[in-house]
Amino acid sequence: MGKIRTPYLLLLPGFGFLFTFFILPIINLAQTSTQTPVGGGDTGQYEQTLRFSNYIDAFVENKEQFGRSFVYALIATILALAIAYPLAYAIAFKGGKLKNFMLVLVVAPFFTSFLLRTVAWKQILGEEGFVVPTLRNLGIISDSTTLTSTSFAVVMGMTYNFLPFMTLPLYASIDRIDPRTLEASGDLYANGFTTFRKVTLPLSMPGVVAGTLLTFIPAAGDYVNAAILGSPNTKMIGNVIESRYFKIVDYPTAAALSFTLMAVILILVTVYVRKAGTEELV
Amino acid sequence: MTKESISAKGDLRLTRLTKSYGDFTAVDDLSLVIPEGSFFALLGPSGCGKTTTLRMIAGLEEPTVGSIHLGSTDITTTKPYQRPINTVFQNYALFPHLTIFENIAFGLRRRGIKDVDGAVNKVLDLVELPHLAQRKPTQLSGGQQQRIALARAIVNRPALLLLDEPLGALDLKLRRQMQIELKWIQKEVGLTFVHVTHDQEEAMTMADTIAVMNEGQIEQMGSPADLYDNPKTAFVANFLGQSNLIKGTISSNDGDSHIVDLFGQKISLQKNRSHANDQFIYAGIRPEKFRISRLGTPTSGNILTGGHIEDVSYIGVSTQYQVEMPWGQELMVFEQNDDGVAPFSKGEEVNISWEPIFTFGLRGDEDATAGSEVNPEELDEE
Amino acid sequence: MSHKMKDATIPHIPTGARISRWIGRNLIRIYAVFAFTYLFIPVAYTFAFSFNDSGKSNLIWKGFTLNNWQNPCGAPEVCTALANSIKIGFLATLFSTILGTMIAFAIGRYSFKGRSTSNLMIFLPMATPEIVLGASLLSLFLVFKINPGFWPTVIAHVVFCISFVVVTVKARIASLDPRLEQAAMDLYANERETFRRVTLPLVAPGIAGAALLAFSLSFDDFIITNFNSGTLTTFPKFVYTSAARGIPAQANVIGSAMFFLALAIVITGQIVGRKRKVSA
Repeated sequence: MGKIRTPYLLLLPGFGFLFTFFILPIINLAQTSTQTPVGGGDTGQYEQTLRFSNYIDAFVENKEQFGRSFVYALIATILALAIAYPLAYAIAFKGGKLKNFMLVLVVAPFFTSFLLRTVAWKQILGEEGFVVPTLRNLGIISDSTTLTSTSFAVVMGMTYNFLPFMTLPLYASIDRIDPRTLEASGDLYANGFTTFRKVTLPLSMPGVVAGTLLTFIPAAGDYVNAAILGSPNTKMIGNVIESRYFKIVDYPTAAALSFTLMAVILILVTVYVRKAGTEELV
Repeated sequence: MTKESISAKGDLRLTRLTKSYGDFTAVDDLSLVIPEGSFFALLGPSGCGKTTTLRMIAGLEEPTVGSIHLGSTDITTTKPYQRPINTVFQNYALFPHLTIFENIAFGLRRRGIKDVDGAVNKVLDLVELPHLAQRKPTQLSGGQQQRIALARAIVNRPALLLLDEPLGALDLKLRRQMQIELKWIQKEVGLTFVHVTHDQEEAMTMADTIAVMNEGQIEQMGSPADLYDNPKTAFVANFLGQSNLIKGTISSNDGDSHIVDLFGQKISLQKNRSHANDQFIYAGIRPEKFRISRLGTPTSGNILTGGHIEDVSYIGVSTQYQVEMPWGQELMVFEQNDDGVAPFSKGEEVNISWEPIFTFGLRGDEDATAGSEVNPEELDEE
Repeated sequence: MSHKMKDATIPHIPTGARISRWIGRNLIRIYAVFAFTYLFIPVAYTFAFSFNDSGKSNLIWKGFTLNNWQNPCGAPEVCTALANSIKIGFLATLFSTILGTMIAFAIGRYSFKGRSTSNLMIFLPMATPEIVLGASLLSLFLVFKINPGFWPTVIAHVVFCISFVVVTVKARIASLDPRLEQAAMDLYANERETFRRVTLPLVAPGIAGAALLAFSLSFDDFIITNFNSGTLTTFPKFVYTSAARGIPAQANVIGSAMFFLALAIVITGQIVGRKRKVSA
């Protein structure tokens, strides 16, 4: 009967689309990554030579940027977790009737364009902003230190921009915790900190895992924060890939770098998820 | 678009109905007839298959084997929306996005009935909630939702109305009130009601006929009085009210009674109230039929001697006693606190007596604990 | 201390201790206030500078003016970019919502072989870095000699929005009580009518939410758009490219307006949702 066929019919358009415009491109990217420029040809002409050493070349040449990307992404993720967790906790347990409104407030800043926000930070942290002169006056930083065009600014921008991706899953998980389990913990002689460590934190782990994944993955591949808030010294792998497409035209290298990035992320995520033990992510 | 509205009516007949899920059989070769216009209860513990049976009657589940007939029409494989049967669901299942009026009107509109207003208002009056017509279900209390769910089903004048533990979520007082109201509505409207419940008091209050179900099969079917006075199996004896079941053997006969030997003591049991098929038997007596008397006080009827009181529980209306007999079994006795005699106290030596006609007899190979709430074996596991 | 005021059972706590206790209990609330302030700093800055009488470059405060708000299309290209973003957003939302909802129903309603693979397929685009999504699509377009532009951008947006739509709608479907549909069939509605009159209305808020999410993701997207739009400007692209020479204040106006509009939509949605639950 139609009943057996229905799910497949429903899936067909969507998955057909995804196959054509997601799977195929990735496959194409794979085959681009092993090409070499045609000798004597124009820029942008390549031939398939199965040159797997493209990967090695690309990685070696850019290992600094690779490393930097993952370090920045890691720091940004940890900072985002540190900032978002107490916030999510506050909304879940102290929000009361205003819970939904507070959630809207968390997401609301992100209705302003992501680029406008990042540029705003650039100006706030710049010479004309109010942060730097104030810190100089208070003697916290020297007169020659600038905050923009630094790795500090890049990481700060990344942390800020990915905050809702961390906060919302955390909130969803923390909100599910029955407050009476916390009361039970106290009844069984655990003080506030122990209750947090042994009850709240483990119960909120699914949210922590989801949030860190949703933050780390896009952060590792980001280049906008680095472009706006950073300098040539803070180039991330995303910047390299972008320039290999648009400035120095070198598609095979760009493809190889993209794949390497994806592969590393995939490996890290799999290890992390296995360790944290969450199955259902979607 | 007109639907094939079956004008089927008549008795509901289930013939050898079976529902299996892989290895597990929820309903096992069940056959029964529900007379048109009666208030019928399917009673049993959770997991006994009563809800599955109901859903098969409604068309929400397909039987693995067997057939369902309404009058002379075979409705075994017809779709739920083609059957003149409506259900009152356990959690009411009111449509949250529609007003109460539209909820009730839903079935009428699907069937293309013209005078929706009149019918809806009439049934709202019947359940005494006409002022709630424009509200949404989430704005109603549990009891109100329950009555609207009922109204939504009744307004369609189905040949059969199915109720799936509809009173489960209500508190005790409201439940009692609704039991009486449902019974009144059924008489008033004249529909056949099939009510599924695990609450034996509820079944006995409301139903003309009760079928007691256990593990997919019907243990016994009859009027509440029949089932209570003369249970055929240990399950029915223990599930419906409480029973004392004493192991014994039929030693001789006396006219139309058996003489039964219970651990050396002799009592009489009417032959037509015995379901034993050989000399092994369980003699059954309901706790409220027992009389306790002190040694030396005159008694009549069946008598068991040598008991002493293990536990006394005063419950206002009655006092419940646990009396330990010489063979180690504790018998339950309910005494009405209706005379001025002081209740017996723990440790006293007493006799137990009762009118012989209240004895019933079950097969000697029955599991005497079937249908009672606690499985004694589970208590022993330490 | 007046003794007739003092109840023997009320302990006397010195003021200093009282304050530190209050802080301890409300520490997390105080933190929340700071966190929210932090979240809103760049928004407030953007809003404030939308009133700047700045001319071309909006870096230093020059003076208050309402000109920018009265004439939001004053700077060249701002409104073109905005219009493009809205057009792309609308189309991307339309397609991704339709395709995604169909997938959500298939996965959420039926059990079939390949269901877990389908779940994985949906997860993949979300787990892929935007740069890889954008670059790989560009590569594909180049192979087929399709130039980056409007439609390639729409396609790219649909790719990354579908997953979010599926997840959102699936969650809503999962919370649907199957007994409601059974009740509908019990009340003479066939499968099609049940879907139309019970299932769809109840899933609709989820679909609406998914559409809103898809639109916001599309409107705000930069990386994937950058790879696939060629010479077409979108609003985020415009901000990025003019960041070097100075973003006109009109961009701030639009950004702030988007903020208030979205805030209004969400809050209205909340209020309407709440009204449904309160007794009339």
